[in-house]
Order: sequence, then C-alpha cells, then structure tokens
Amino acid sequence: MKVFKQAVAVFAALAFIGSAYSANLPDSPQATQKLLKSTADHSKFKELQKEFASGPEVTKACISCHTEAAKQIHLTQHWKWEFRNPDSQQLLGKKHVVNNFCTSVTSNYKACASCHIGYNTDGPNFDLSSESNVDCLVCHDQTGKYKKPAGFAGNPVTKDTEFPPGSGKIIRGINLSDIAQKVGQTKRNTCGACHFYGGGGDGVKHGDLDSSLEAPDKALDVHMDAKGLNFTCSTCHQTEGHQVPGSRYAPTAQDKDGAHIRGKVDHSNPATCQSCHGQAPHKKEAKLNDHTDKLACQTCHIPAFARGDVPTKMSWDWSTAGKRGPNGKPLVIKNEEGHDIYLGIKGDFVYEENVKPEYMWFNGKVNYTLADTKIEKANQPIYISKFEGSADDGKSMIWPVKLFRGKQPYDAENKTLTINHLAGQDDSAYWTNLNWDKAIAAGMAAAGKPYSGKYDFIETAAMWPITHMVAPKDKALGCSDCHSSNGRLEKVDGIYIPGRGRDHIALLDTAGWALAALTLLGVIGHGIGRILTAKRKH
Amino acid sequence: MARVYIFKGFERFWHWTQALLIITMLVTGFEVHGSYSLLSWHKAAELHTTSAWGLMGLWIFAIFWHFTTGEWRQYIPTTHKMIDVALFYAFGMFKGEHHPYLKTKNRKHNPLQRVAYLGVKLFINPLLWCSGLFYLFYNQLGSVGLGGVSLGLIALAHTLGAFLMLLFLIAHVYLGTAGHTPTAHFKAMVTGWDDDVNEEPQGANAR
Repeated sequence: MKVFKQAVAVFAALAFIGSAYSANLPDSPQATQKLLKSTADHSKFKELQKEFASGPEVTKACISCHTEAAKQIHLTQHWKWEFRNPDSQQLLGKKHVVNNFCTSVTSNYKACASCHIGYNTDGPNFDLSSESNVDCLVCHDQTGKYKKPAGFAGNPVTKDTEFPPGSGKIIRGINLSDIAQKVGQTKRNTCGACHFYGGGGDGVKHGDLDSSLEAPDKALDVHMDAKGLNFTCSTCHQTEGHQVPGSRYAPTAQDKDGAHIRGKVDHSNPATCQSCHGQAPHKKEAKLNDHTDKLACQTCHIPAFARGDVPTKMSWDWSTAGKRGPNGKPLVIKNEEGHDIYLGIKGDFVYEENVKPEYMWFNGKVNYTLADTKIEKANQPIYISKFEGSADDGKSMIWPVKLFRGKQPYDAENKTLTINHLAGQDDSAYWTNLNWDKAIAAGMAAAGKPYSGKYDFIETAAMWPITHMVAPKDKALGCSDCHSSNGRLEKVDGIYIPGRGRDHIALLDTAGWALAALTLLGVIGHGIGRILTAKRKH
Repeated sequence: MARVYIFKGFERFWHWTQALLIITMLVTGFEVHGSYSLLSWHKAAELHTTSAWGLMGLWIFAIFWHFTTGEWRQYIPTTHKMIDVALFYAFGMFKGEHHPYLKTKNRKHNPLQRVAYLGVKLFINPLLWCSGLFYLFYNQLGSVGLGGVSLGLIALAHTLGAFLMLLFLIAHVYLGTAGHTPTAHFKAMVTGWDDDVNEEPQGANAR
C-alpha cells in the first residue's frame, strides 16, 4: 500500500513538472516575447520625439539623460585629435601629424572633420569644451543612415542642400529624429564609417580595415565572422567611459601578460591577442608556443592584408598631380577594376589586394616626422612614421607592417614637410585650382608655419601595424613560409631562423658537403680498386 | 676460424633501429637546416623530433645493456696492430692479404673500429645529443641560467655533429663490405652469426 502511495505521488509530481514544462513551450505568449538586451527603448523617450534641425540639438537631448557622456568624450583622442606620446613627448594626433595620404588636417578641417566625433569642427581652434558639439550619433547610429558629408565641418545635412554651391549636386537631408530614436551600441559599421575609409576612401589607409569587415566571413576574420563569433570592434577594444583602448599612437607591441580574467585587476591593453589567448595558445603543437617570445601573433595569423576584395593604397605620388583632361577638368585614369590610378587633383596611386606585409622588429615606439622636423632630400625616403625596435632590446617582437610609400611636397629651403590646403571652395585650395604655390602658401599660413615659397617633392614612407583581418588557423602561415631562404622573414636581422640560408656558416656547410663528397669518392675508389685487384688475382 | 654467434639479439635490434633513426634524422635534419626541400619543413621537423626522442630512448637502453653485459669493453681503444690494420686497408687488401687482426667473440672490433666507434660514442653522439636538446628546449634555457646561449651557436654545433655523423655513416657502410666476403659483415649484423671468428686466446689480456 505504501508502495502504491509512493507511486501515485511520483506520478503526480511528474504530471506537475510536465504541465509546468508545457507552459514554456513556444506557443505560450511569454516565450515569444523577445528579450531586449538594453533596458531602454529610445523611441519611447519624449526628448527624442521631435524634429532635430542639427546635430547639437540631438546631443543636448542625449546629455539631458547621459549627463557625463560628453565629458567622457572630451577626454578622448577621438575628440581632441591630439595625443602626447609619453615616451617621445612628440605631440601627435590628427591635429598635428603630417601623413603621406592627404598630408594634413590643418587648413582642410571642413572636409576632414566629417570623421571628427564632433560638430562644427571648422578649424584647429574648434571649441574643445563644448558638450553639445559632441557627436553621439556617429558612433551609436543603428540605421546606417547617419552621414557626415565632406565639406560640412563634421555636421550632418538635415535639409537637401546643393553642394558644392552651384554644382547642381544635391546632398539629401537625413532625418535625425528617426536615427536618434534608434540609437544603440557601437557596431562594426559605426566604427568603420571612419576607420574603414581613412586616407580618403575604402581601405585606402590601413589595408587591414575596410568595408569588407562590416559583415565578414570566417576566412576574412575569424573573430568578426558575421555567421560565427560575430565580434564587434568593441569586443576587443573594450571601452569604459568612452575611453577606447588600443591606439596605434602608443601600441602594445609586446604583451607578456596572461589572459584577462574576471575579477582580476588588469590594466593592460585589453585589445591584444594575449589579453584573451594568453601566452601559450597553441594546444595541438606545443612547439608553436615557443614562437610567442619573438613573434607577434599577427605575423603568422594575418598572412596578408586587404583580403576582402577591397584593395588598399600602397603608394601615392603627389608630384605628378595637376594634369587636366581634354575637357579641361582634372584628369582621371582608372584601372580595369574601376579604381583610380591617376587623379589630376591627387597624382598617381598604386592599389594592391592580398598584400604580403613587411616584417620588422617593433617595440611599440613610433617616431614621427612632424611639420617642424628638418628633413634632407639626401635621406629619402623620409619616414613619416618609423617603428623602433631590435632583436635584443627585450621589448620588440617581429610585426607585420604595411609600408606606405609616397612623394609629397616639402619646403625646399626650410627643409620641412608642407601643410597643403587641398579642400575648400576658395581659390587657393589645390583641388580647386591645381596650383601648388597657392595651396602650400595657404596651408602654411593656416598652420602658422614659415614657408620659403620654394617647394619640391620628396619621397616619404610610413609604417602601419597590421593587426586586423585575422585568418582562421588553417590559413595562418606555415613553417616553411619563414623557415626557408627568401621566406617572409628573410630581411629580419638579429635572429637565427632554422632553414634560412643566410644564417648558415657558409664555411661549415661547404666544408661539410665537400668532405662528405670526398669520403664518398674515396670509398668508391677503394671499392673499384678492390674489384680490379680481385679480378687480377684470379 | 669458427662460426660464432657474435651479435646478440638486442645488439642487432639496437644497431638497425639506430641506423634507421640516424638516416631519417640526417635526411630530415638537413632539410630543417635548409639544405634542400623534400618532405616540407613542418613534416621534416616533426619527424626529426620524433626520431630524436626515439633515438634517445634507444640510447638509454643501449648504454644500460653495454654496462650490464660488460660489452662496453669492446670499445676500449688500443694501438696494438692499429698500423697493421691501416696498412691492410690501404695496401694489403688489394694484394689479397688476410686481415691482420684476429677477431674473437670478446674482442670483435679491430683497433680502427674501436677508435671510430668510441669517437662516435664519446664525441659525435654527445655533441648531437646535447646540442639537439638545447635546440629542442631553446625557449626554456633562460630558466636554467643558460639564456645567453644563442640559437645560432646551438645550430652550429648540431650541424657540425650532423656532418661528422654523415662522414661516419658513409665510411661505415662502405667498410661493411670489407669483410672476407663483401656481404659477410652485413650477414653477421643481421643474423648474429659470423663465420670468421677466431678462438679466444687462453689467458690473453684485453689487448
């Protein structure tokens, strides 16, 4: 009887569990409700339910709730465009550097500021203290509709506008209210809106960052794989209080720390490979872990850059700019794939895809040639940015690098790079008049720099670390890519690479093989002698 | 002259396994060194390392065997009849002379063999063994206070050892044909039985 009672109790319990389980089946109304990750639906906020005529109006609405956000942005490189390197004391950032793409921001703010994280960025003295000029939408837009066209000092266009005036080209106005009501966390394409297009176009500058990373497959980037791990930029560039870690102005060339662990205080850069993978990431082949003392992970795991069908610019020769076509307009020459290889306003370009990087020792220090740095034509190419490092400083790793070559104007008497006024509606802008005399004079005047009036062109080169577009492990470099003569690391000094011919002691190899050959000849001779004498005996 | 069981089972196993491993390691080692491409660097390095562990294991057994059986005495060097043996290989052999060294079961190596094998065991093998382990554990050298030893130097020593082993191998294989018939030594090394062994002299010392 007792057994029977127990059986009934068990059945009753099972029936109860069963009914409770059925309540969770998909057809129940509770289960179909989608879990929102955010606790706020911005379309329900009254502050955002209105027409916005300008960016700052949106920002005012944002910071009425997010009271500290603009103050946080004020502390960033994204806002200041300025970075003082603590080691070299060089004053860097977009505000100060001269590069060998469009050369410099100074005097071109209205165009360049379309990638500034602020509004009304019309010159080098833009108001750094303004909270309403912080652009929240450029990073937090989820619609893909937010645009900051070149020429508007970092402002979006809210009403249809003819630009340049008199050109007949209309820039469509965008609805800021709709965009503001749908804001969310940063995505690959919000970061990419600027970082994919650096240097004046898709993939131009970095080579390892371009629009193919908006929704990459696994082969292009094993972490960002849209159908797999689906990392966003901030998965690695873990941002707190709007401070984005992992700047190329002060990169972490060597990370000897272990993987970051929850709860453990760790102030090291969270964007390094090691911050997740640690120091011994290879489980199957332990010998590979012996490479992590000298090689950046990127060296093997990014076999090439510009791998997503978007070519990157490898060189830019400004000295050939200025040609006009038969119609009097600046000449345009395209290659078979439709990419510009010559522009009258910019000169000659070389684009490449699937580019094998250069490899070099890098200790994280980058020396820049700035606007005031004296340069000599005899020292061509002038390194706009040069990586420091050596095999024996204890801080360097072998890194993959994009070496970008250029030829750009410099002041032939004062021996400095020039600030060139390129963009603008005025008479002195190079892209309007193709006149270097006026463009350089205007650029130098805007920068407050002396200009002798005599310019020439000088060859330059710049180094860019390659760290994105990480391939799946089966696409990483194999042993023989480096363990061979004329392999990937052929030019890297200060290290013995088994299999690399230049590391051999030639004398030992020559003597060794010669002695082996002589010994072989000796025994063959001895053997022949034995055969001949044996015959004679019989 | 008698037909004598001169190479015991373990000795033959040791010899031929070692031969296979050493040839494998020479072939793969010079590929790792960069002298040619055959298997691919990756496979060559993998096979070289696996063979190295195999050979080290084998050596440990062989050393144990030599000491427990007393066979190590076979390698005690001697100058007795050394010149005669050298002259035999240089001249006498072509005149159909008999080998001047009378081998016995307990003194089966002639003076040139003894000195060559001892050289392999006391110089070439340890050079390869030590430099090879340094090579394998290069990244751990720092933690035992040897961080200053450069990989270039280790590789140099290892390559030197490899060339010496190659020279030994060429000469050794050829001299294998220099028995009383061209195949006699090979037969003995395979079957263990040699039909060219002398009676053990009564009361003779190790020389």
